[in-house]
Amino acid sequence: MNFATTIGLEVHVEMKTNSKAFSPAPVQYGQEPNTNTNVIDWGYPGVLPEVNQGALEYGMRAALALNCHITKDIHFDRKNYFYPDNPKAYQITQAQTPIGHDGFLEVELEDGSKKKIGIEEMHVEEDAGKNTHDPDGYSYVDLNRQGTPLIEIVSKPDIASADEAYAYLKKLRQVIQFTGVSDVKMEEGSMRADVNISVRPIGSDQYGTKTEMKNLNSFEHVRSGLKFEEKRQENVIRAGGSIQQETRRFDVNTGETVLMRVKEGKSDYRYFPEPDLPPIHISDDWIKEVKDSIPEMPEQRRARYVNEWGVTEYDANVLTQTMEMSDFFEATVAAGADPKLAANWLMGDVSAYMNDKKLELADLALTPEHLAQMIGLIKDETISSKIAKKVFKQIVANDTDPKAWVEEKGMVQLSDPQTLQPIIDEVLDNNAKSIEDFKNGKDRAVGFLVGNIMKQTRGKANPKVVNKLLMASLKER
Amino acid sequence: MAITADEVKHVAQLAKLEFTDAELQMFAGQMDDIIKMVQQLSKVDTTGVPVTSTVAEAKNVMREDKAIKGTERETLMHNVPQKDRGFVKVPAIIDESEEG
Amino acid sequence: MDYFKNDLSSLHAGLLNKDFSAQELTAETFEQIKARDQKIESFLTLNEQQALAAAKKVDEKGITDADKLAGIPVGIKDNIVTKGLKTTAASKILGNFKPIYDATVMEKLHAAKMINVGKLNLDEFAMGGSTENSAYKITKNAWNQTKVPGGSSGGPAAAVASGQLLAALGTDTGGSIRQPAAFNGIVGVKPTYGRVSRYGVIAFGSSLDQVGPMTRSVKDNALMLSAIAGHDKHDFTTSEREVPDFTAKLDGDIKGMRIGVPKEFMDQGVADDVREAIKNAIKTYEKLGATVEEVSLPYSKYGVPVYYIIASSEASSNLQRYDGIRYGFRADDVKNLEDVYVRSRSEGFGDEVKRRIMLGTFSLSAGTYDAYFKKAAQVRTLICQDFSNVFENYDLILAPTTTSTAFGIGEEINDPVTMYMNDILTIPVNLAGLPGMSLPAGFSNGLPIGMQLIAPQFGEETMYRAGYAFEQATDFYKEVPTIGGEN
Repeated sequence: MNFATTIGLEVHVEMKTNSKAFSPAPVQYGQEPNTNTNVIDWGYPGVLPEVNQGALEYGMRAALALNCHITKDIHFDRKNYFYPDNPKAYQITQAQTPIGHDGFLEVELEDGSKKKIGIEEMHVEEDAGKNTHDPDGYSYVDLNRQGTPLIEIVSKPDIASADEAYAYLKKLRQVIQFTGVSDVKMEEGSMRADVNISVRPIGSDQYGTKTEMKNLNSFEHVRSGLKFEEKRQENVIRAGGSIQQETRRFDVNTGETVLMRVKEGKSDYRYFPEPDLPPIHISDDWIKEVKDSIPEMPEQRRARYVNEWGVTEYDANVLTQTMEMSDFFEATVAAGADPKLAANWLMGDVSAYMNDKKLELADLALTPEHLAQMIGLIKDETISSKIAKKVFKQIVANDTDPKAWVEEKGMVQLSDPQTLQPIIDEVLDNNAKSIEDFKNGKDRAVGFLVGNIMKQTRGKANPKVVNKLLMASLKER
Repeated sequence: MAITADEVKHVAQLAKLEFTDAELQMFAGQMDDIIKMVQQLSKVDTTGVPVTSTVAEAKNVMREDKAIKGTERETLMHNVPQKDRGFVKVPAIIDESEEG
Repeated sequence: MDYFKNDLSSLHAGLLNKDFSAQELTAETFEQIKARDQKIESFLTLNEQQALAAAKKVDEKGITDADKLAGIPVGIKDNIVTKGLKTTAASKILGNFKPIYDATVMEKLHAAKMINVGKLNLDEFAMGGSTENSAYKITKNAWNQTKVPGGSSGGPAAAVASGQLLAALGTDTGGSIRQPAAFNGIVGVKPTYGRVSRYGVIAFGSSLDQVGPMTRSVKDNALMLSAIAGHDKHDFTTSEREVPDFTAKLDGDIKGMRIGVPKEFMDQGVADDVREAIKNAIKTYEKLGATVEEVSLPYSKYGVPVYYIIASSEASSNLQRYDGIRYGFRADDVKNLEDVYVRSRSEGFGDEVKRRIMLGTFSLSAGTYDAYFKKAAQVRTLICQDFSNVFENYDLILAPTTTSTAFGIGEEINDPVTMYMNDILTIPVNLAGLPGMSLPAGFSNGLPIGMQLIAPQFGEETMYRAGYAFEQATDFYKEVPTIGGEN
């Protein structure tokens, strides 16, 4: 029996607004518990929500970047449920009028083919606080995160494999990141995915029963969890069993999914329109304004790199995978670096260093200005490419001005014929046999002579200049 | 009956309320009367009638995205029945099924 | 200081003239409260020390003629949060609750330098029409202590009617200001939805709630509303309209005013004595030069079911925050989280609140939403349209406030549906977000009868003008009850 897989993703993204979705308390991470909160976040008796225009505009930005239609007349709804991190016991969300609907993402699959994955809807809502469960039998509630604006992006059931889900998430993160509305860091929880998966025998026109995994915080876990779950469901059905609607947890250690709880019917969240916030009309002018505020997306950047800077398609694609890299590249070029050389360095030594040390661009001491300066020193032949490797090692890990460092360490390349000629003459004087070999057509002799000259200059001689002077001198002898 | 005792029990669960058997009897009876009263509405033809969820004339009201420092934690914690190291303390959660 | 012989203007004049100081006035007010409230039981919490300190400050700073309300005592319904002063909503679940911020209306009263003397009783979370649903005490009608004062603003109404105060703030979700005002023979106004900020008002039915003044005269009421109304950046449903001086056009001249009397509001089980009083009121208005005609609000008869679904649904959600975790009552000996929720709520809420939470939760449930909540929200549209139609041709609607005078304590408390039907004449006004006023229109068997004036949205000025003209033409408001042998 062969199966078709259907995967749905609900991705929550925390938006990096200044203030919360429905209260003016600051959105900040890593603060002392309950210090970024106010009476609204706490659901104190009598408080009312105050919707943040910035959160709505960020939501619209993301919706437009995901090719969604914008819902013109929106209101908020209450989703009712009790939980200690949910102080009002309702979450303000958009159940009936999501800000965006019917969009799509075009993802690139591993075989290089492209696939459009539909986006059902995306809406703006508030995040909950955080519960920490202690073994002492108590939970500890921190409401700092309460009210942080979220966008929830719900995919259409177009995703047919774990790899497609992976590609979708990567692409989604890239697009959202370039819109500037979120840092989309899974490790920090600013991007979280709930996934559901079902399988059905090929030919069946009915979706199978789905299972869910919630709050996955790495793309790899999503992929591995889905792969395991796909196989598990297929095996159950092949063995004559049936899938039950349940929530499962991905166990990072075993790579397997384990049952958390069986779902009995649908949760009853008793949604209804939020009476404390009047409806909002989104005008065409407003949409245009937000559209114009969207920063340049990866495709546009890529085209610019290729057309204006002569970077290869491949390199341009690699450089625009993350906004950090793309921004760093552009800043390096802006600081005067040759675009192709800057691309080579970033994709070569810089990326290798990051991989080796498991660091992000932002963690490096390297600045675009220093990198550009170093590239300049190579280009104007102040340093050799061999020396450049040493300079790079220094500036990638330290806040060092490359030019000053090169001068201080006496690493400047010797290119002046006045300096080099006497050294060449001396080497030739001491190697009469090599001159003879050269005259007899043995080219190897040149290499030997150059090696000697380099040794004399401790590697600082400019090979090009040395070559030129040496050839001239040989002819004279 | 417009509502059964079991339905009343189910609604109570959603609302995090519990009733003794005697209370349940009384509530089920009163709920039944109330629901019969509100069921009058089924007589009204509302085909094509839009809902009214607010009668405020205000529309498109939004706040500028400017942060204002949070309230002092000590003040906010003033009414908390059980607290510890700046956290609100609650007995452990045994069922996470409602986690949104 | 006899409040029965004064109004806000005369107190202001006395303070301005230094006939008495704010401190003397405040101290005397407390004496009066202590003497009279033993019988009436309208106060839940007295704010004596703070009030005297505030009065002292007013005296020290001095009063100018512009400070119309400075130094004058006011009472606050106990579902309006007052920073540092216990606010219970008459519920056990907030029995120990001290707010950490002031409601916007409190900030406005502080800005006007009024003196908050204490918090007044109500039906728990403002749910009820008799104040019998308070977890703490049953307030008595100022005119007859075997009768209910109405509700939910029974405390403010009885305190003002019994001469303990000249002004109090109430809240009105389905008639909670106007009905107790009618039962106690005073003036109560529910402003247009969005006229007064709800920030800091413990939410009951968020799309219906409004704060309003309760006073003995129309002019005092207008003065109070001018002080508390206006746009609030913390309440996104408030209107940005300028607040007029509601006292400005009170000259008794209402010639040419067109008044409609809905025929549905004159039958529907309205008692004969009440109907008679309203008929007399119609004659008074005609004498004053208004034209009065019968109109129809055909969908108003569905007001009660629509209201009970919408208000209870909103309430079921609004009251979920009372969970024993961050503030308020937490049940003892709780073993786990579910216990905290279920036991705190079950022990903390009274029966009426539970009934409404249950009805609301039921109405919003997945299987019943369309037939209940959505249906009610649609019929609400039809009720709004009814009013719009009438206001195309009329400036004002006149009707009884209640179907009868105050009923006896304990008479209806066990029959929720009968109790709910009492609000049939006030509810449609909340559903449509209109301003409504109840003012004295006569007496029957020693109990006051209330007349209701309803204006289009933001038509408070018309309502006050018509109310003032009637009041000046009739003098019912000068009648005062006998409290404990005094007066």
